[in-house]
Amino acid sequence: MNARLFSMDILACKDCDLLNSLPATDRRGTLICARCGAVLHRHRPDSLNRSLALILAALILFVIANSFPFLSIRSGAFSQETTLLTGVGELWRQQLPGLALLILLTCFLIPLSQMVGLLYILTPLKWRHPAPGARHVFRFIQHTSPWGMMEVFMLGILVALVKLGKLATIVPGPSVFAFGLLIFVVAAAVSALDPPLVWEKLDRRR
Amino acid sequence: MNHKALTARKLGLFSCEDCQLLSRTDRDNNRPCCPRCGAPLHLRKPQSIARTLALITAAALLYIPANVLPITVTATLGDQQNDTILSGVIYFIGDGSWGVALVIFVASIIIPLAKLLILGYLLATVKFRSAWRPRDRTALYRLTEAVGRWSMVDIYVVTILVALVKLGAVATIEAGPAAGYFAAVVVITMFAARNFDPRLIWDVLEEER
Repeated sequence: MNARLFSMDILACKDCDLLNSLPATDRRGTLICARCGAVLHRHRPDSLNRSLALILAALILFVIANSFPFLSIRSGAFSQETTLLTGVGELWRQQLPGLALLILLTCFLIPLSQMVGLLYILTPLKWRHPAPGARHVFRFIQHTSPWGMMEVFMLGILVALVKLGKLATIVPGPSVFAFGLLIFVVAAAVSALDPPLVWEKLDRRR
Repeated sequence: MNHKALTARKLGLFSCEDCQLLSRTDRDNNRPCCPRCGAPLHLRKPQSIARTLALITAAALLYIPANVLPITVTATLGDQQNDTILSGVIYFIGDGSWGVALVIFVASIIIPLAKLLILGYLLATVKFRSAWRPRDRTALYRLTEAVGRWSMVDIYVVTILVALVKLGAVATIEAGPAAGYFAAVVVITMFAARNFDPRLIWDVLEEER
């Protein structure tokens, strides 16, 4: 039988294991580990509302970004345009299923599941009622978080733009702006989300 | 270093990797789980040194074909050109696109190499119980973990090129064998960084006394 001993006023630093005590009140600003400087706690005002709004915006942008081509190329009589999914499809066609799957995961499935998952978790919390299975979903989100690489993909678009711009006529498609905006919105959402707060609200032991 | 520093492990406390809750468990419980979020609890990342070492070794071996083999094969009007990561960078420089050349050079050549060297170095310092600047070494680890995923950029560039440049006989690009090897290097080094437990750096300092 596991027993809970400490309130969240004491945290073990994840980088050096030192026990740090957090002030019981007034947690504004960023608190760092006394020994190694790792960030222990960041103040995130109005986290629930802001996260929810930003994630919803991100999801909408994500759908737009994937529905339309982000780049098209024209050279003489030939023209071609591509979305993320057609790129994946092309790799699959070229007998590179592993690579296709990796890109599908990191740029589509994982970001999508994270956004949908967070909406699933955070929306019921607005009504102070944890969603069923929310703990598992949130753990999944935290574990897969380094594998969502949309902003890296965005950089890839920019590099491809430069590389091909010299060879042929490249026209950025409607999705480019959606992708660009998406990056900022996702960054803002990550910044607004307060995981310790979410865990406190999901705590069923109260 | 202050050997009186109070750590969770000294008190027999588990710090949950997912929800940061501190908890204690019965001694005869082989698989303790976090009472709040259900995550498996470990005092330290399991077999951190062994796993990290195995992973960086694998990545180091795969780094060779990733750079030696071509990453793209471009066919233009009957002519075929194989490009490795490095030859792509050189091409950008020759073309005057210094910014892009720098991005690809850093992301695809410097970062993976640096990750392998840094993780190898950190493993060595833990193995040989070094007391050299633990705070800086921890910062080095944080940097390594944060920056690794950006190496994937070249894979995405190849994906886009391959999807776009399908212009019949005028030009077609296909992904070369290096693409798979390079993707493997990035993925494996990401796992390697995740498996390394920076707390080990500080553990050896305490055992010093």
